[in-house]
Amino acid sequence: MSRRVRGLLRKEFLQVLRDPSSIAIAFLMPAFLLLLFGYGVSMDASNVPLAVVVEQPGAEAESFASVFQHSRYFAPQRYIDRASARRALDAGLVDGIVLLPADFAARVKGDASAPIQLIVNGVNANSARLLEGYVEGAWRNWLERELGARAMPLNQPVMLQPRIWFNPGLRSRNYLVPGLVAINMTLVGALLTALVMAREWERGTLEAMMVTPVSMREVLIGKVLPYFVLGMGGMALSVAMALWLFQVPFRGSFWVLTLCAALFLLVALGMGLLISVTTRNQFVAGMVAIIATFLPAFLLSGMLFDIGSMPVVVQWVTHLVAARYFVAILQTLFLAGDVWGVIVPNALALILMALFFIGLARRRMHKHLE
Amino acid sequence: MTQQAVIEISGLTKSFRLPGREIDALLDVNLRVAAGAVSGLIGPDGAGKTTLMRLVAGLLLPDAGAVRVLGYDASRDALDVQSLIGYMPQRFGLYEDLSVQENLDLYADLQDVPASDRPARYDELLQMTGLGPFTRRLAGRLSGGMKQKLGLACTLVRSPRLLLLDEPTVGVDPVSRRDLWSIVYRLVEEEGMSVLLSTAYLDEAERCFEVILLHEGRVVGQGTPSEFSEPLSGRSFRVSQPGILPRRLQARLATRAGVLDAVVQGQSVRVVMQPGRMLETGGGDSDNITCEPVEPRFEDAFIDRLHGSRDGARTLRPADHAVTPGKVIRVSGLSRRFGDFVAVDRVSFEVSPGEVFGLLGANGAGKTTTFRMLCGLLPASAGELSVAGLDLRRAPARARGRIGYMSQKFSLYGNLTVSQNLEFFARTYGLRGARRRQRLEWALSELELARYSGAASGNLPLGYQQRLALACALMHEPDILFLDEPTSGVDPLARREFWSHINALADAGVAILVTTHFMEEAEYCDRLAIMSAGEILALGTPPEVKRRALGVEGERAGMEEAFIALIEDREVA
Repeated sequence: MSRRVRGLLRKEFLQVLRDPSSIAIAFLMPAFLLLLFGYGVSMDASNVPLAVVVEQPGAEAESFASVFQHSRYFAPQRYIDRASARRALDAGLVDGIVLLPADFAARVKGDASAPIQLIVNGVNANSARLLEGYVEGAWRNWLERELGARAMPLNQPVMLQPRIWFNPGLRSRNYLVPGLVAINMTLVGALLTALVMAREWERGTLEAMMVTPVSMREVLIGKVLPYFVLGMGGMALSVAMALWLFQVPFRGSFWVLTLCAALFLLVALGMGLLISVTTRNQFVAGMVAIIATFLPAFLLSGMLFDIGSMPVVVQWVTHLVAARYFVAILQTLFLAGDVWGVIVPNALALILMALFFIGLARRRMHKHLE
Repeated sequence: MTQQAVIEISGLTKSFRLPGREIDALLDVNLRVAAGAVSGLIGPDGAGKTTLMRLVAGLLLPDAGAVRVLGYDASRDALDVQSLIGYMPQRFGLYEDLSVQENLDLYADLQDVPASDRPARYDELLQMTGLGPFTRRLAGRLSGGMKQKLGLACTLVRSPRLLLLDEPTVGVDPVSRRDLWSIVYRLVEEEGMSVLLSTAYLDEAERCFEVILLHEGRVVGQGTPSEFSEPLSGRSFRVSQPGILPRRLQARLATRAGVLDAVVQGQSVRVVMQPGRMLETGGGDSDNITCEPVEPRFEDAFIDRLHGSRDGARTLRPADHAVTPGKVIRVSGLSRRFGDFVAVDRVSFEVSPGEVFGLLGANGAGKTTTFRMLCGLLPASAGELSVAGLDLRRAPARARGRIGYMSQKFSLYGNLTVSQNLEFFARTYGLRGARRRQRLEWALSELELARYSGAASGNLPLGYQQRLALACALMHEPDILFLDEPTSGVDPLARREFWSHINALADAGVAILVTTHFMEEAEYCDRLAIMSAGEILALGTPPEVKRRALGVEGERAGMEEAFIALIEDREVA
């Protein structure tokens, strides 16, 4: 390594140590975001307020109603009639109503369909669908148990026995947290480098540095390497939090994780560098980094919203979002293992993107002030 | 010129495209810079000095023409050029969060200086700059003068053949300026270095072996300082008249027929005549007037060459202010602390109506902080201050209604036109109807802004921006005018014109408080305070201050010498 690169690296590390803002970006920010989103964003429903109306008390009706009482998904509230439950729904006190009609017992015993009525507040389509699914599941479980106890055959032609792979508990955290690690590291990586080149521009230090025999390749190395080390530190912290704080299982191998994380970090640092070289202003660079890297990563990476159900045009756009590839890799490594069919193509995409962004930043870093 | 050239520039043109307009920074520049000497690139702000420096350093590409530095083409072989030259940009290029030693190490690494050569070179540089005791201090904690010296040391770690210094002396105190010049001379004499130094201070031209005069992107002249000033011999005079304020005498002489330039210098007025004209000293108000010929100086030549490029300035005619007897500004024991840092330390002074009071000091001396407290923009940590008889802590809004304030950056709305800016400021001061129209007309005609009334103020030349800023500050006819570095970055012609406006305002009874780091402008003040590190070192009329600093025989000396003596006294004490 040339003397110049060593000098630049030492300078950058000293600056990082003296100005803790980059340490804060590398470590505090991902930890904070992971805590915020890890606990805040959940696709599971629990303790959903649900109105239960039993029009005609009876053994069967009570038995079914008590199912909700014992479930962690529901916080049932008893209402005496349909009208009062309806008012509670209107007032937003409950998210749904389960109505056991007066002839509930008869319907269960006979083969009349729809012995219960479910009304769901559909404003939030997502939680409405969850609620619907949970109530349906609860009903089927209860029915099976009830009929089994009376040794009566269930008159359903096909018996569905679902088995869920990779995330059998259907804990949404298990796939959200690895995704969040990718999203957070997009922002961290981009912010780390977005600010540093702009800072040199703003403070006029780049001008003095340019009139030395230093080459722009050396400046680039001097900028990427220190923040790569910092970023990997932040990445390690995020993974550790995923494993031990959020208890996400990890089924892949760590060397694959390290390699892919390094590739992804290079992409993020490259994006930041490109932003920094282009804007030459710390404030603008910070804003652009958030809007151009974090938001697309959050929305289009497939972490929260399934890419397969997006409109085709938007699906094309997702291919430009680096986080998309890393989310796929991380979710696979955490939940499934070293599935090469997923990891290799996504890793190749990351390599291409890293080359593209760092290459473009290098082309735009020239020893001219224009 | 038979001497070898380190820089040869031919047909150099460079323009910058900004949204909506194009600026020609340099137009067909041809010049040679001699080896083994100090050459000065002199011109007002916006003349193209920095652009020229950057082109020489290979940081910009020319639109046309060629720059050859030490035999290399500066744009094609930029790396070769950069390995032979040292360049200190205007802001010194220091890493403020690194220590003095770490900055030196970084630049030694970037310049590929072998480790074995370093200790000797460091010793030499630290001794030369006097930074030896401060190697562990962070660069951000150094004073302006020390930063400038560290910036210089960093460009010198690998002794360059050509040293480019871009306005190294701007905003730095006179002591540091003097030190810098002695270092530069030493480099030229002992190491045979060639130096190209740009500056907006005309008095520094005399210190150069050769001067390149740049104005609005063109080379107006090149030669030794004496080649510039010689043609003017016999046209410069020192005129004095006892019993009259020098600035009044200056105002009177400036309007006399045949007078090209008149500036206050100590207790007398320095006059430059147009070719072939003699100063008429007769007349009713000319008792005891004396007129002695003096040596011409570079500044006279500058004014002579550039005077034609400006339309004749006229004197402002402000309405008379009802002069209230007594002091309009009273400050006693005023202090301002920012955390541990004392920006202003127990400052006391008073200003009367019709008086021009100056606050003089380098960047960071506490001038602007004092100003902001006087305008009620910043609360004082301790002390009393009253403006126009009003306590600023109790009635800041009413006090501000009597104040006109013109800040360093002019505070104009760059994308509003001249009339829109005037209109806006008139409204903020609550002027309505006929009075507002009348003040607008006054500003446009008296300050000669009518020609530009529809132009966006951000596109105006700096001198016109300054006029507009003054007009905005005067819309409500304040009794007190605060001017914070009003002439910084403005060319000498515009500065003269500006001071003539100030003179006229003071004569109309306006109290004027002005800050400046141009020492020669101190001569225009009736009284002044010299500030350093938040304290007032001396206070009084210019002759009093000089006497205080230099003794009885110091009265004829320049304010700069007085300033240096005061700072040195304080350091000894």
